[in-house]
Amino acid sequence: MASILENSGFNPDKELKIVGTNPVKQDGPDKVTGRAKFGADLILPGMLFGKILRSPHPHAVLKSIDTSKAEALPGVKAVVTRDDFPELPPGTPGGDLSRNVMAREKVFYDGHPVAAVAATSEPVAKRALKLIEVEHEVLPHVIDPVEAMQPGAPILHDHLRTKGVEGAEDTPTNIVERLDLAMGDTDAGFAEADVIVEREYDSKPMHQGYIEPQGCVADCNEDDQIEVWCCTQGTHVFRDRLADILRLDSSRIKVMQSEMGGGFGGKTGFYGEPLAIVLSKKARRPVKIVLTRNEVFRCTGPVSGTRSRIKMGCTKDGKIVAAEAELIFQTGAFTGSMFFNAPHAMFTRYALENIKTTAWEVVSNRPKVNAFRAPCVPQIVFGVEAIVTELANKIGMDELDFRLKNAATEGYTTLYGATFGPIGFVETLEASKETDHYRSPVKPGEGRGVAAGFWFNRGGDTTGSLTITPDGSVNIMLGTSDVAGSRVSISMMAAEELGVPLEKVRANFADTSAIGNNRVTAGSRTTFSSGMVIVDSARKAIDTMVERAAEIWGVSPEEVTFEDGHCRPASANVGDFEPLSIKDIASRTSVSHGAIAGHSEMNVTGEGPGFGVHIVDLKVDRGTGRVDVTRYTVIEDAGKAIHPLQVEGQYQGGAVQGVGWALNEEYIYRADGTLDNPSFLDYRMPVASDVPMIDTVIVEVPNPNHPYGLRGVGEVPVVPTLAAIGNAIGDAIGIRPQSLPMSPPKLLELMDGDETRAAAE
Amino acid sequence: MTELNYAAPDSLDAAVGMLADAGAGARILAGGTDVLVLLHGDLIEPELIVDIKNIPELTEISVEDGAWRIGAAASGMKLMDHEDFAAAWPGVIEGVALIGSVQVKGRASVGGNLCNASPAADSVPPLIAAGAMANIAGPGGKRDLPVEDVITGPGQTALEAGEMVVSFTFPKRPPHSGDCYLRLTPRTEMDIAVVGAAVNLTLDDGGTCTAARVSLGAVAPTPLLVEDAAAALIGTSVDDAALDALAAAASAACDPIDDKRGTIAYRIKTAGVMTRRAAETALDRARRN
Repeated sequence: MASILENSGFNPDKELKIVGTNPVKQDGPDKVTGRAKFGADLILPGMLFGKILRSPHPHAVLKSIDTSKAEALPGVKAVVTRDDFPELPPGTPGGDLSRNVMAREKVFYDGHPVAAVAATSEPVAKRALKLIEVEHEVLPHVIDPVEAMQPGAPILHDHLRTKGVEGAEDTPTNIVERLDLAMGDTDAGFAEADVIVEREYDSKPMHQGYIEPQGCVADCNEDDQIEVWCCTQGTHVFRDRLADILRLDSSRIKVMQSEMGGGFGGKTGFYGEPLAIVLSKKARRPVKIVLTRNEVFRCTGPVSGTRSRIKMGCTKDGKIVAAEAELIFQTGAFTGSMFFNAPHAMFTRYALENIKTTAWEVVSNRPKVNAFRAPCVPQIVFGVEAIVTELANKIGMDELDFRLKNAATEGYTTLYGATFGPIGFVETLEASKETDHYRSPVKPGEGRGVAAGFWFNRGGDTTGSLTITPDGSVNIMLGTSDVAGSRVSISMMAAEELGVPLEKVRANFADTSAIGNNRVTAGSRTTFSSGMVIVDSARKAIDTMVERAAEIWGVSPEEVTFEDGHCRPASANVGDFEPLSIKDIASRTSVSHGAIAGHSEMNVTGEGPGFGVHIVDLKVDRGTGRVDVTRYTVIEDAGKAIHPLQVEGQYQGGAVQGVGWALNEEYIYRADGTLDNPSFLDYRMPVASDVPMIDTVIVEVPNPNHPYGLRGVGEVPVVPTLAAIGNAIGDAIGIRPQSLPMSPPKLLELMDGDETRAAAE
Repeated sequence: MTELNYAAPDSLDAAVGMLADAGAGARILAGGTDVLVLLHGDLIEPELIVDIKNIPELTEISVEDGAWRIGAAASGMKLMDHEDFAAAWPGVIEGVALIGSVQVKGRASVGGNLCNASPAADSVPPLIAAGAMANIAGPGGKRDLPVEDVITGPGQTALEAGEMVVSFTFPKRPPHSGDCYLRLTPRTEMDIAVVGAAVNLTLDDGGTCTAARVSLGAVAPTPLLVEDAAAALIGTSVDDAALDALAAAASAACDPIDDKRGTIAYRIKTAGVMTRRAAETALDRARRN
């Protein structure tokens, strides 16, 4: 039989009873009432409280660490430093990760951990931190990535050599990699252009802004078996990386996930967990570490800040003929920005033949960046879509028509080598043109912006299992995380397959010992991939039930069909048998062949790319530069919305996060390289009153590789936001900003500068 | 290891006595929206917390012959829900309404907002513009201080050891008076003022401004009483020329810093814009009563 990867069984005409409806998600009520258990909520007998001593310097040699006074403080049960971690070679993935969670030779950013304490109470742990004596040799630091690229800049890692540049073998540098990608002939393309626009842009690091700070409890027992409870987007990846940096067998560590108080990519990497493990191992007591908001801002991953130069050209009848880009990404103190996503995705949605990109990844004295929805893409699309709009304006073409004229369709081969299957960019653009928002005139004094975006969506290693209980209800075990409603969507697909009410199906998190490996929950892969393995598991369970029914009736399995939750004779010729319900079959397991379950382990492929369009109206206060977003519509292809409200939530959340990134969010460093705004008060994420209700349009162009046709929807919603807002500001004030965030002081300066120029003319 | 003690006296004398005895190790707890944040952030390590909410006169709101007195520890929501006070001093209520979320305002007080001594405190410029007096009790007895003289620098007040603000008294309002407070922040709420501007003015029956007070927050080490800005209005019909002069005087009075909340140039420029807008609303209110 063909595997589900070869034949998903997708049937566009199948009548759906559960998929496509909006049931209350099972985990919702506990989250609303505060009963849900998050990372910080586990309490174990004898548990200690861990606190982390962090570097006050952005760059320094760690000369010595004296913990003796802290160890002598009553109530302190363990103190750990670099000496308690295996020394792994610098510049390797494990070596970098180990040095990021606990500084070894040097500290590389304000807040870099240098020691940790476990004590009987948090106040005692805090007092102990003050008793640890650290001798630093402070070094010159560099925060800005362009400065970090210059000759003579302070070098972070003596071993670092630029990958992708010939002759770079001998020179220590902060440039991790140069990546060149090209297709076609851009010189020939630009030669055909009637209009060429080339501009420079910059963006600032932005924090994922999850409301729940990282929290964990680690417990190392007398047999050195380790249990870790934490908030994570990837239990298996945490386990394997923890095992790597602690030099343990993975089977020694069991990672259990809590509910997720927001991740957005930021919980794909760990911070306090390895320290809690080593403290627990030393103290032989469970240790809890919960980061403060200050620690979250200073030390956990923001997204990359960027500099970019982008050039695009089109003919006067609206064909984009060439595109070029040079991109710089700051990755923080260690590599890992996923900057390659940007050249792969920045132009992808237009059927371009001639593209040339050069991208650089650069280290500097800031926390190591981490993933955020569509890592490294929105901040570059900010420039691309500004230019697309400008080109359309210059040739006098409606900007959605211009995008339609250039839209990629099935069969287009991308810069990164993939050839598109069925995709819905054209349908998304057409749906955008039909929205009430786009058809309504812009209100006086306001501006309107439009932008489009793309994300690959991902698949990858995924496992799951599904058990039919003797009473005919259903348990699902998932090895992925539920960052945004995947449990309910996956349960709905299982209920649809099995023909049982959703209430009969419960989805659970498996710990790492209970299920095979799963890739992190990231890249908009989880509802797609875990949905695939659970549908596969359900189908395997159905096959078993069909066999059991055949045995009960004394017929062959081919003579039994399964529909609406019952085994039935395939035809009247088979015999006159009363249909057997799932419960009828499952309740007999002890007299037949044992429990009925299905499990599935696969490297899931066949993900369908996603496309979205954002339309924004806003006002700019001429006296203060403040922006008031008045109307916002997200139009995006979901393939098939399993739970439309959850899909809308993704669209709205992406837009809101983009509004913050576009308008106000930025890291402000003091001259001494320390972070000046590590709090929600001064790191200005939007509050509820800063955004209007975000309207959504769900376009459904099914992905036939999935049994229910779905595409991931987690990343696309943030990709066009920055550009759409920038374009709207440009429309409102006549100058399109090129620097993020488009904060009130910067906009006021732009407008005043424009007045000054106008007066001079 | 220091111990943290908590006391909740029910009389002013008892509170003043405790504060005087404990000296620099004591902190007053009214709503706690600053003190508890500082405590949890390890920014202060007090030995004694004196909770003053059980002292009756600290939370009372009363009026005598048109002159209001509000307890220093009365919560922001209590003031906002007090219809008569809110109608009398809408600008003060605008300042109070901007102190954090509804939950925070359910605890936070004007006395605490003043004594925290932030240059950006939202209730302080409208109190200054109103001409409010801080009624102070201490080991040496009682005294009154104009609100503009209470804050002496960021985090610094003119209160002596053992002294506390008990209440605020407001002058009786003449007819045709109006006040307004406007704040500039990048976000709509839950933010700290980049500029705060309060204007309180009185018109005669002919519409000429006979009295005005203008106060600015977040543009200098302390909230400012800007007499030049007030002078730009007095004797005028508060026309465009007067408002231009007001805005220019407000900008000229600024002595801000560049920080994470705003640049010097931005603050100076927008101080004029916000003061002008506040004056326009205050004028509208004055004309309607």
